Amino acid sequence: MITFELTKEQELILKTAKEFASGELKDIARDCDEASQIPKKLLDKAWEMGLANAAVPEAYDGIGMERSAVTSALVYEELGYGCASLTSAIMAPSAFIQPLIDFGTDAQKKKYLPLYGGEKFEPAGLALHEPHYTFDPTDMKTTAEKKGDDWVINGIKRLVPFGSTAHYFLVLANDGSGAGLSNIEAFIVPRDREGLTINTENEKTMGLKAFPLSQLTLKDVTLSAEERLGCENGINGQQLINSIRVANSAICVGLSRAVMETSIPYAKERIAFGKPIATKQAIAFMLADMRTEVESMRWLVWKAASQLDQGVDACKATILAQNYVRKQTVKIADDGVQVFGGHGYIRDFPMEMWLRHALSLTLMEGVVSA
Amino acid sequence: MVDFTINEKEQAIIDEIHKEGLVCRKYARYYDVNETEIPPEAFPEAKDFDHIDAMFLDRGEDACGATVFGILALMHRNWGDHLGLRLPVRALGNSSLDAAGTPEQKEKWGNTVLAMANTEPGCGSDSKAIETTAVLDGEEWVLNGEKIFVTTGIRAEGVVVWATLDKSAGRPGIKAFVVMKGTPGMEMSKKEKKLGIRVSDTAAFVLKNCRIPRENLLGLNEEIKKKGGGSFKGLMKTFNLSRPATAAIGLGNVMAARDFVLEALEKEGVPVDWEAGPHKRSAIQQKLIDMEAELEVAILATHRSSWLADQGKSNNLEASISKSKGGDACRVSVKLALEVLGALGMTEDQLVEKWFRDARITDIYEGTGEIQKLIIARQILGYTAADLQ
Repeated sequence: MITFELTKEQELILKTAKEFASGELKDIARDCDEASQIPKKLLDKAWEMGLANAAVPEAYDGIGMERSAVTSALVYEELGYGCASLTSAIMAPSAFIQPLIDFGTDAQKKKYLPLYGGEKFEPAGLALHEPHYTFDPTDMKTTAEKKGDDWVINGIKRLVPFGSTAHYFLVLANDGSGAGLSNIEAFIVPRDREGLTINTENEKTMGLKAFPLSQLTLKDVTLSAEERLGCENGINGQQLINSIRVANSAICVGLSRAVMETSIPYAKERIAFGKPIATKQAIAFMLADMRTEVESMRWLVWKAASQLDQGVDACKATILAQNYVRKQTVKIADDGVQVFGGHGYIRDFPMEMWLRHALSLTLMEGVVSA
Repeated sequence: MVDFTINEKEQAIIDEIHKEGLVCRKYARYYDVNETEIPPEAFPEAKDFDHIDAMFLDRGEDACGATVFGILALMHRNWGDHLGLRLPVRALGNSSLDAAGTPEQKEKWGNTVLAMANTEPGCGSDSKAIETTAVLDGEEWVLNGEKIFVTTGIRAEGVVVWATLDKSAGRPGIKAFVVMKGTPGMEMSKKEKKLGIRVSDTAAFVLKNCRIPRENLLGLNEEIKKKGGGSFKGLMKTFNLSRPATAAIGLGNVMAARDFVLEALEKEGVPVDWEAGPHKRSAIQQKLIDMEAELEVAILATHRSSWLADQGKSNNLEASISKSKGGDACRVSVKLALEVLGALGMTEDQLVEKWFRDARITDIYEGTGEIQKLIIARQILGYTAADLQ
């Protein structure tokens, strides 16, 4: 049945996320960006609310909320509306936790999930991106080679969340059998494993500055069969990458909505030639496009998310959503700067920051999971 | 729970509509080339598909809302061709009758095919600028004016004519009148020749002292309200469902072009790999992704606006979004499909060039894409038509 109806539970979660975004994220976003830092207090508060780990089953000391990409998409949009940078940081452990829930063996879940059920923020990071301009998740250069019962990993990973503090990373690698999402392997790598070098100096980026990202170098890092996510079954690489792309796209929807909702009142207040600039079609049509495309992006993301929830092949829906969202998010953020004119370029206003966030988010595949 | 799937019974209906569509395609080229020829009321194969109507009555459990599925079915109906095997008994004027007519009027004209005459040589989207006048003379209205681009104007038995009782009153002065064919003073002046949708007859009319009974005023409300929309609101209400429906008709062409292109590439050994990363995608592959994304966005927008209608919620903004994005997809996606097909795409070997011409109307009729943007902008800014022109 084609329906856009949310469940009662989803309505409630949506409301909570909305309140958190406006209460905790929006006001401090600029300061965090300027300082390139995220307050520990914020991480703990988000953690306490279960935003990143609510789906950990009760059996593993979690809340046991139903695992749903659609619900996640709702949350990501709301948080992204508050601040895309802080959202990425708050939610980064989800890209470790959700794959564990989806693909982990009972033993793996038992061993790792309870670590993420505590009261204080527990960092973890997905090691996906690599230092190649032609980086492509379907064809990663980081390799996983089977040697006896063990796996040996070699490669460099960039833009890995919480490199300085995470106890574990989920490192993605190609199994050597050629390009394709189905050839992705995921490994649970403890930070003190021999061969793993972490550059603890944060990556310097155009946007998402408050989000701590690092570089990992893996040289003959040896992992046991039990440290391969899913053990002998491995993972569903398509599902993992699609979940990341959907989550990242949902943040983009929220960011775009913030640009739109901030541009509208500004355009009505800003007088030029004796009239608000919103009364000129050149501006009004930009705003109408923003409204139209925010909605368009949202439904594409929901469709991909609903396919993930239904367990059907969501590759096409995800690629369509990711492509469209990338194009529109950057356009909307760029138009937002234009509507604000000179003020759009000045750091007193959020527009220039949102443009940097928009570009950064859409250049990445994503490091959080739906 | 958010869901974008249809159930088995609904899929079976769509499958039957596609079968009917394939038969339509056999006739499509003929009526495109022979533009002035009106197709028969029913084609020989029509009876093979009469059972589809009954299938709509039982769509099983977890069925889509009536509007959602109706508009989806309309989209798939046009996947075949703009031409239908059976002459539709309803046209745009019938929607006006439904929205604004009294119970007696609905009974009287309910089974009559009524076209709608709104556009004039001097006004299209700007419908408040209507020049056609209606003056009460005794128990009769006297109509004078000129109407163009009247869809179904040739086949229709009657026409709902929009005319003003008082030009100085603006929108509230505009009323709708049922004028039956054959009424003295109403003359069909022209059959329009078009870029596409040539099977759909479009006519122009001249009204010269055309006298109709007083009770032919839709809604029978002769009063001109000082403020507020009056009958004009009735006209606009008609558009809230017709906007997603109009988009859907065009999107049927887009789906057809999409299916044709993907199949053609597959046959020639260029299958689409949805997983390929951006650096490994060919320019063609990127075009296909853009083509599909524009189509998907537009389809989802029709779902959204019709779903709101099924919920009894206001969908004015969303109806315009669906029309706007539908118009975009009809222009962008079919063009991309043609680009991918290359030179053969322009030939009449297949119907893609025709679908391009057919779909191009979508961003024009029922309010151009620009008008939709105005409606959206006014709504999100809280502006009146006077604030934002």
